[in-house]
Amino acid sequence: MSLTARDLGLFAIMFAVLALVATFQSPQLAVTILNMSLISAIMALGVNMQWGYAGLFNVGIMGFTAVGGLAVVLIAQPPVPEAWAAGGLGVLLGLMLGVATILAAVLVYKRMAPGKLRGLSIFAVLVLGYVITSRVFGPATQAVQAVNPASEGYLGGAGLPVILAWPVGAVFAAGVAWLVGKVSLGLRSDYLAIATLGISEIVIAVLKHERWLARGVNNVTGIERPVVRPVDLQPLPWVQSLAETMGWSVSQAASVVSGLGYSALFLIVLAILIWLAERALNSPWGRMMRAIRDNEVSARAMGKDVTRRHLMIFVLGSAVCGLAGAMMVSMDGQLTPGSYEPLRFTFLIWVMVIVGGSGNNWGSVLGAFVIWFLWVQVEPAGRWLMEMLTSGMSLESELRRHLLDSAAYMRLLTMGLALLLMLRFAPRGLIPER
Amino acid sequence: MEPLNALVSVSNFMLIPALAYGSQLALGALGITLIFSILRFAHFAHGDTMALGTVAVIGGTWFLQAQGISIAPLPTALLAIPFGILVLGLYLLAADRLVYRYYRRVKAKPMIFVMASLGVMFVTNGITRLFLGVGETRFEDGQRFIFTVREFREFTGLAEGLALRSAQAITIVTALVVMVVLFWFLNRTRAGKSMRAYSDNEDLALLSGINPERVVFITWVITAILLVLAGTLYGLDKGFRPFNYFQLLLPMFAAAILGGLGSPLGAIVGAYVVAFAEMGITFAWRRVFSYLAPDGFEPTTMMQLLPVDYKFAVTFAILVIVLLFRPTGIFKGKVL
Repeated sequence: MSLTARDLGLFAIMFAVLALVATFQSPQLAVTILNMSLISAIMALGVNMQWGYAGLFNVGIMGFTAVGGLAVVLIAQPPVPEAWAAGGLGVLLGLMLGVATILAAVLVYKRMAPGKLRGLSIFAVLVLGYVITSRVFGPATQAVQAVNPASEGYLGGAGLPVILAWPVGAVFAAGVAWLVGKVSLGLRSDYLAIATLGISEIVIAVLKHERWLARGVNNVTGIERPVVRPVDLQPLPWVQSLAETMGWSVSQAASVVSGLGYSALFLIVLAILIWLAERALNSPWGRMMRAIRDNEVSARAMGKDVTRRHLMIFVLGSAVCGLAGAMMVSMDGQLTPGSYEPLRFTFLIWVMVIVGGSGNNWGSVLGAFVIWFLWVQVEPAGRWLMEMLTSGMSLESELRRHLLDSAAYMRLLTMGLALLLMLRFAPRGLIPER
Repeated sequence: MEPLNALVSVSNFMLIPALAYGSQLALGALGITLIFSILRFAHFAHGDTMALGTVAVIGGTWFLQAQGISIAPLPTALLAIPFGILVLGLYLLAADRLVYRYYRRVKAKPMIFVMASLGVMFVTNGITRLFLGVGETRFEDGQRFIFTVREFREFTGLAEGLALRSAQAITIVTALVVMVVLFWFLNRTRAGKSMRAYSDNEDLALLSGINPERVVFITWVITAILLVLAGTLYGLDKGFRPFNYFQLLLPMFAAAILGGLGSPLGAIVGAYVVAFAEMGITFAWRRVFSYLAPDGFEPTTMMQLLPVDYKFAVTFAILVIVLLFRPTGIFKGKVL
């Protein structure tokens, strides 16, 4: 594919830096950076499809990744039969009633003539639907949450192999994206940004609050992993001999091997996605997308349905983000809704896309590696810097303690500066679009 | 049937807090709408610059407190507001000079501006946290209540109590004053008129000799004033936490869009609608209705439409309804 020697050189430098981390810091750190970079690269690919191909501005990446993460719980966790017996049917019925209410309201809106009567009817339908739904739904969720609340208290999942959750996560995210896109595409471009910002907050609120779904802030832990756990690798003779030859401890070697297992899986997914994305970008479809991005009016004049194409690419890109979200949860083995922060999951991905080069898939991948590396390394660097700066001060100094404590926030500043500088001086990114 | 008690209860727990919250949102949404109509982009750094302005005010408050200066019974923070405005004004002007001006000059697409404001947001976010961390800081001092629940009960003899916190009263009064002054400024002064002219038709305004850089300068100064006021009042009312300020972005945008982007009056109306909807839908109406319902028909549930965690869902629902049915907003924002 279209990689120049310069691009390959940039990738080579990146991997050399990772090798340095493995040698001088620790091999586990290098593997964790590699894995998170791969996941971030997939998210950045999704965002690049939306922004780079079509010029759509999505600031709800966090929401789509979280929905993908939810899929892992719903697919891989074993079902909780007691909870299903206690209120499973009630929950399902309640959800269906909720959907039915909204559909009924839409039906009334479409069938009746505009006027006061229509407004009143819609209101009546919504109120009635709300009362009925909450009568069914409320007690059912209470019953589910009361089942063994210390470790369960939710419906559990389908008990299927965890790998299956990845495509399902993509489908979930695509569904949410379709809803958001349907509402906000075709209007001013800023509106999509604000709508996605909103939906991502709501997704997180739902995950935190609906305990029957995925235990809310109590977190689901111990999710089945697609790769052998380090503990199970430790007794294996080849792992022990590897540890000996590399001069690592056995636990270190085991976690490196386990981590590299994930890397292999992620690399396969990333390779397939890049292949597909590059094919799509260079096909008539990709040229149409770029034509729409560069001049909507003339694309429309050529008979292209801009809004529909936008919706399509928005759904596709979000699905890729959902896939990455599912992969991340299955790597961590836990879903912790409290850890989803917009700065980390939405805006950092944006920095990756801009720094890497919007419109270029390889650029997004490189951007993800560079930015994630900086994100991990700037914190210790900031602490070191602060220690240097404050070394003259007395140990008990209030200011010194404060500065050391706030070193962690240096990385937000660095990321912002990286984004602003790239946008200003190299708006085409590290690997420009061609 | 005790309608008076119901009224007092609903005022205490919903109407007064929502009025205060709405006033805070209105100040923020006015800033969004101004930036949108003059600079023509959605200012994503709004919440975080608001936090930075508040940090400056908190710093000033601590300094004044250390000097032993106070204006009790009013909170000392009010005295530090000019300092906050100065700091934030300089910061925003510096951001404009270093970041946005270049994109204005090359006539970049609105989305590039938004992206740049994301960068500014990150940097501002980092600076804010460098100063005050991520935890909650309370800086309210002076007299906390104008009257408390007990005083009100003793005075009126009602079963329900009503408290008016100083922060809430100050918020509502300040917001009113600021809105009046802002409208006077926009409609009566030369600078305000040139701003409106620039927002209506940029080319025509340029032709008639309006200096665009001056208009932009005034816009940022006004934004700084609005943001510092909004941030300080919100902080006095609910405490300062950087992340909460970031999250205010969504209701502020919703308010501005609901009112019609570019319409100052719309931003104010939108802010109150958003605030009352948020509070009303996540409010437990049980107590109120137990006063209103005839004997024997008192509600048994909390009568809460949605849990408080979903207040963003309410804002979002408003946003979606506006986008679906009237994307120009209530007051026909000029842009779409």
